[in-house]
Parts: sequence; C-alpha cells; structure tokens
Amino acid sequence: MMATRLQQSRNVRQNSLPGPDDIHRVVLPNGITVLSRPNFNSPSVMVSGYFASGSLFETDDKLGLADFVCTSLMRGTAKRDMQSIYGALESAGATLGFDSGTYNSNFGGRALAEDLSLVLGVLAETLQFPAFPIEHVERLRAQFLAGLAIRAQDTADMADIIFDQIVFEGHPYSRPDDGWPETIAAITRDDMINFHRRTFGPKNFVIAVVGGIDPQRAVEKVQAALGSWKNPNQVTRPEIPDAPVLKKTVRRHHAIEGKTQTDIVLGMSGPRRKEPDYLAASLGNSVLGQFGMMGRIGDVVREKAGLAYHASSSLSGGIGPGTWDVTAGVSAANTKRAIDLIIKELEKFVKKGVTAKELADCKANFLGRLPISLESNGGVAGAILNMERFNLGLDHLRNYAQKINAVKREDVQAAAKKYVHPSALAVASSGPEA
Amino acid sequence: MKKEFTKVKLSNGLTVFLKEIHSAPIISSWVWYRVGSKDEHTGKTGISHWTEHMQFKGTTKFPAQILDKSISREGGSWNAFTSTDWTTYFETMPADKIDLALRLEADRMVNSHFDAKEVASERTVIISEREGHENEPLFRLAEAVQHAAFRIHPYHHEVIGDLADLHTITRDDLFQHYKTFYAPNNAVMAVAGDFKTKDMLARIKKLFGPIRSKATPPRLKRSEPAQAGQLTLSMSGPGETTYLQAAYRFPAASHPDFYALSVLDSLLAGPSNLNIFGGGISNRTSRLYRALIDKEFAVGFSGGSSATIDPFMYTFTLTVHQKRTPQEALAALDAEILRVQDELVSKDEIAIAIKQAKALFAYGSESITNQAFWMGYSEMFASYEWFLTYLQKLSKVTPKDIQRVAREYFRPSSRVVGTYLPTGGEEA
Repeated sequence: MMATRLQQSRNVRQNSLPGPDDIHRVVLPNGITVLSRPNFNSPSVMVSGYFASGSLFETDDKLGLADFVCTSLMRGTAKRDMQSIYGALESAGATLGFDSGTYNSNFGGRALAEDLSLVLGVLAETLQFPAFPIEHVERLRAQFLAGLAIRAQDTADMADIIFDQIVFEGHPYSRPDDGWPETIAAITRDDMINFHRRTFGPKNFVIAVVGGIDPQRAVEKVQAALGSWKNPNQVTRPEIPDAPVLKKTVRRHHAIEGKTQTDIVLGMSGPRRKEPDYLAASLGNSVLGQFGMMGRIGDVVREKAGLAYHASSSLSGGIGPGTWDVTAGVSAANTKRAIDLIIKELEKFVKKGVTAKELADCKANFLGRLPISLESNGGVAGAILNMERFNLGLDHLRNYAQKINAVKREDVQAAAKKYVHPSALAVASSGPEA
Repeated sequence: MKKEFTKVKLSNGLTVFLKEIHSAPIISSWVWYRVGSKDEHTGKTGISHWTEHMQFKGTTKFPAQILDKSISREGGSWNAFTSTDWTTYFETMPADKIDLALRLEADRMVNSHFDAKEVASERTVIISEREGHENEPLFRLAEAVQHAAFRIHPYHHEVIGDLADLHTITRDDLFQHYKTFYAPNNAVMAVAGDFKTKDMLARIKKLFGPIRSKATPPRLKRSEPAQAGQLTLSMSGPGETTYLQAAYRFPAASHPDFYALSVLDSLLAGPSNLNIFGGGISNRTSRLYRALIDKEFAVGFSGGSSATIDPFMYTFTLTVHQKRTPQEALAALDAEILRVQDELVSKDEIAIAIKQAKALFAYGSESITNQAFWMGYSEMFASYEWFLTYLQKLSKVTPKDIQRVAREYFRPSSRVVGTYLPTGGEEA
C-alpha cells in the first residue's frame, strides 16, 4: 500500500532533476558563464564555481604559488582589510573560500538568500583587487610551512604524493599542488601579483548560484558584481598532456618514524572525464571497490582477511587524465599481504570483468543515489558545474538513466583491459619502516 | 526549521519521530540506541563501537553478503556512528525504497548473529581503525587529555576503546552487550522525508511493534569529582609541529548555561557546527583567531564542545607557531579568556552569534538526512524540544550571562593542559 503511494510520489518528481528547462544559463559579455537553478524550499543560496588559474602555470621552483595566491585573496583588497572582509561575511553567517587546483581553481560560498549580494560583492572584490598585504603573505607562509611539516608526518598524504610521482613522472600532475617547503619559501609577493595578473580573469570563468533565489535575479546580481571585470593580460591556459605509460610495476615506500599503520595507494592513471568509456570504467570501479562495503576490494581485504578498516578503489577523471587507484590502511606487518590480495583482485577484474548481477547492482546504485546527491543546494551546484566543466550538456542528468543503462558488461571489461594493468602498477606506501 | 512533526511512543516503548518533507523524493530513517562508551566498564572499553560494527555482519533474513549490498543496490546511503552517549544507524533512500531500511533495522534490533568468525575478523579491522587514529599526533594528545580529565567518569576513554580491551573482548561479551542494550524501549526512531505520516507510522508499528521490550540496566553514574587545580601533561613524538590542548569542564547539554556558553564559543572561537550534514562558518573574526593567528602565536586553532548527557569538556586545540613556545601560546589564550571575564561583551557581538546560529540551522535544513538526524540526536542528550527552542534560548542570552559563564567555566583550576612536543625527526 505504502510502496504504491511512494512509487507514485517518485514518478511525479522524475523531472525534478536539474535540466535545460530549469537551469538558467547565460554568458555575460565579458565571457563569464552564469548557471542558476532555483530551490525555493531553501532559505539559503550556494555560490560556487571555477576559473582558469591553477598549478599548471607554476614553475618547478615556485610550486604552491597558485595555492598561495588563492589563500591570499581574502587577506585584504585595495578597498578593505581582512577583518573587514570576513566581518561582513561572518556577521551575516555567510561563507566564502577559494582553493586552487591544477587546471582550474575553485570558489564556494553560501549565505541566507537575503545576503546573496554580500557574497557576490566580496567574491568580485577579492578576485579583482587583492592587495597581497606583506604581513599576511608572511603569516600565511608560516602557516603553509607548518601545514607541510604536518603533511610530512601524514602517512596517507605522503603515500598519495609518492603515488602521483610514480604514475605521472614528468607530467604536471606529478607535482603536489601545495608545493614543498623550499618552493613555498622561494615565493615572493611579486610572484603572487604577477601570477594573479596573468591567470585571473573572466575568460573561462564559470559561476553557479543555486537556492532560494529567482534565476533571472541571480544572473542580474552576478552581472552587477562581475560583469565589468576585464583582464587583457589573462593568458591562455596550456593543455594537459596525457599521462605517461608505466611499463612495469614500480614499488616505493616512504618511512615515517613513530607510526603504527601503513597507508597504501596502488593503481595507475585513468581516463579523462570526457572519454566515452568513462561511465563504463566508473561502473567497473564501483564493482571493484565501492559497491556495498567497498566492493570486491573491501570484501577481500576488510571483510574476509580483516586486514584494514578502509580498503576501497576510486576513479577520478577530470579535464586531464585521472587516476584509478586502490587505497588501504593496514598494519605494517600486513602490507605485503594486502598488496598481494589487491593485485589479485585487479587481475581477476581484468580477466573476467564483472558479472551481470554486479553490473545491474551498480547501475541501480548509480541511479538510486542521484536524487540523494542532489538534496542540498551544494549538491545541485556541483552537478550543474560538472555539466559545464565536462561539456556534458544541461540535459545530462535527465538522460543519465539512459546513459547508465546503455553500458554493457563488455564495455566494462573493455575499459578494465584498457586502463587497469596489474603488471604495471604504481605501488606507493607510507608508514613505519618496511 | 519547521516544527511540524509527530511523536509517538509505541506500546513496547519505542519512541518514534516522523516529519514529512516533500521537497525531494527521499526518506531518511535513523534508529538511535541509548548506549555508548559511557556505558562501558573497565576491560570492555570500545564494546559499543565494536557492537555497532557487528550490526553490519548479518541476520538470518539479511545475511552479511546481502545486507551490505541491499541498501547500495537501491542507491541508498547508510552508516552508523557510536559516541560517548549513543549509537545510531541510518539509511537515506529513494522514497520508494525506504521499506527495505525499515525492515532491516527492525530485524537487526534483535536478530543479529554475532558469528564468532566475523568477530575475529572484525577484531583486526577495529585494531586497524585504532592504529589509523594513532598515526595522528592530535589523536594521541586528545586521548591523553581526555583520560586526565576523567579519572572516575566513564568519559575517560575514547569511543574506539583501549587496545588492551580490543585484544580481549570476546564474542560473548559483544553478544551480551547487544542483548542488553538493543531494545525498542531503549531506542528512538526518527524518520524524515517524502512520506505520509499515517502510512509511515502504520508500517513502523507493523515492523517494530512485535519486538518485545526488556529491562535495560541503569546507565553508569560515576560523577567526576570537582577538580582541585590545573592538570598538565606533556608528550612527545616525531615531527616538527607543537600542539597544545586546553580542556575545560563543561556542563551537560541540558544545563541552562549551555546556551550562554554556545554564544561565548561563537565569540571566542567561531560558531561550532553541530550539524553532521551541512558545512560550517569561518572564524576569522572570532576573538581568538585575532589573538592567536593574527598575532602569530598559532598557525591553526579550534575550539568546541559536544552536546552530551553528563558534563564533558570544552577543548581549545592550538597548532603552535614555529617561533613560539606552547607557554607563550597558552598565555595569549589566557589573556583573551581573561578579557571576556573582565569586560562585558557588546550586544552586537551576541546578535552576530545568533545570526550565525540561524544560518547554520538554515544550511542544515537543506538536507533531509540532517533533519531526521536532529530529531533523534537531540533526544539522546536532551529532547527534540531542546533543538526546536535552541535559537529562541540563544536570543535571550545577555552580556552578563556571558561574563558569568566565562568566569564559572573557563577557570585555569578546572582545566587540563596538554602539549605535544616534536622530537624533530621526520624520516625513520
């Protein structure tokens, strides 16, 4: 009885997924793309987006510069100091923050709907007119160096860094976005000013506004805040090369004194998000190390062998090549055993692919979790930004079921064979002396 | 958040909260048990958390292999948490699939197997979980501070338990714990989302109604005696980073002073976010950020407490600036606390704290999962009424209230100060 009623309820709302008829998309004359979708159930708004600045523009001796610049944006502008900027936001219970990536940098903020203009005003001001006050540059430098000292003691972070160094040797992705102590020490305020002048601008700038606001009104507010931004000095972003191909397995361990557990990252490079076989790979990854209690990997390493609290796989394809990796945290004595078990699962995955039932389960999971991932304004904003970022089309979510259901077992196995190479893996670990 | 909800107590003692929200085709269901690490005796620490793990190992109707896949197959998200005062299980599902979650929770309230082989396998998993925590210097420091703060009260140990007990707890210990505390009369169920209350209640009655109530033991009552002076401890380990924690004795969440202390927390350290789904607000204009970070005594800091049944702690955690000693950082912290004890704060500062709390409530209300969470969570340490009247209570806080609670609770003589000093080595 209840199930029938609930089924009806769901059917009525199938079209509530964001789509072309309720995502408002406008490109402003200066090139900024604005995306907005209303959610009048919410008293708040989410503002998030990305822009074409990142560590791709850094030289090896100044790694961390993009991160340094992004973190400094709200430390003072030509118009006001840091306390005034944060005072305006925090007194309204609003937030705004920036973080740098490799290809793009990102921002995100939110506020009660009545305070949208406040957030957009601070966003526009900090993007265009950062002052990089020297006392804040030095204060942040000390904070970054402390962060790097903490990172050096973090087994998961260090295993990640080593993994990227192996998988992406000679590639921009081999470099940590937060740099090294010596590169952070070498960055000057002039470097930051120049980096900002060259890489910040309205070209390839995308912003999403989601929440309790009419989309047309949201676009007007973005136009008012950012519509006059111009930067003739903004340089064109370099393309991201393909990942190098590993010819054989490379094993590297980073020892840290005083640790009780070893973190393992094992895997290889993966597809870009735009690759046609990305969804097939993603479904395969779900079988491998996500579905249920962390998929096959979780079953073998955690449930059956009891070796680890966490053991799962992930696929992270972006504009550039991603990684397809398995992570686990195990006792030092169990490291080899865990690695062997994981490699065995990868071999099985490539050789036999996935069963029809496994694939059906994962498809159901992908489709069922979609509305849950969209229950918050942040979830919707993230989904809309991904449609834009990866050129998926505004009807992507409306067609999502069709795309998922079209993936066959053969597609998954083909993706597994193409990307997963059990005899040529990067195997990184960090923990006690091996 | 809207106040419309239904509260029903079934004849077997199960308290049920239902809240219809029709903004998305989602339902979130939570079952909360009044058992946590505060109910654990010496020698059995960590047993509540381990029991929670065993609840994922299957029943006759839902064997482990089916259990973990059945929710995922429907696209649901599910998890469980164990705290000092409670243990909870939740599923957020597409609305038309929630029946699976309801059947599962009713079944594992009484029918979990606790298979000996599964217990053995989970022992190493949990030890691995603890070892993962031990990799973090801050976990080790926090554990030492908590242990120093509570000599008598069972809040003295971490939820995950002591390693010695994780090696010795038996299958029968776990099963006994389960049989003792998992009962409808010791549980609160909270469901929010896209349903009709009448239908949902009927279904819950049908599934949970036949489960028998049972006598559960009174909760451990070992009050911590008053502290007679500041306690200090120091530990060391590899790395280059010095951490400092200062933990003050804090009242139970149901204590009237909790509201004034929440406002004070907001002024000193930025607003604490009690939501587990929904982000927080930055703290750059808080008094301590300006005193500690801007003045370069620390490169990072946080302050906060938990809403608990019994008096717990309010803890400041500082990552000490490389050019400072922990003593200098502590002196800077003390100076700010002294200021709030000596000088009345302005009404404007209180108004900002209240607006921040309102914004956090608004952000939390976006998530159906978070709304269901609050109905059960608040019942675990006070009542849902506590949550519904929270903002109203905050709005009554006066500058004099702030001064009074600052003087009463932030006294050096009732705190524990712990430092983690780096030995400087990085690589083995």
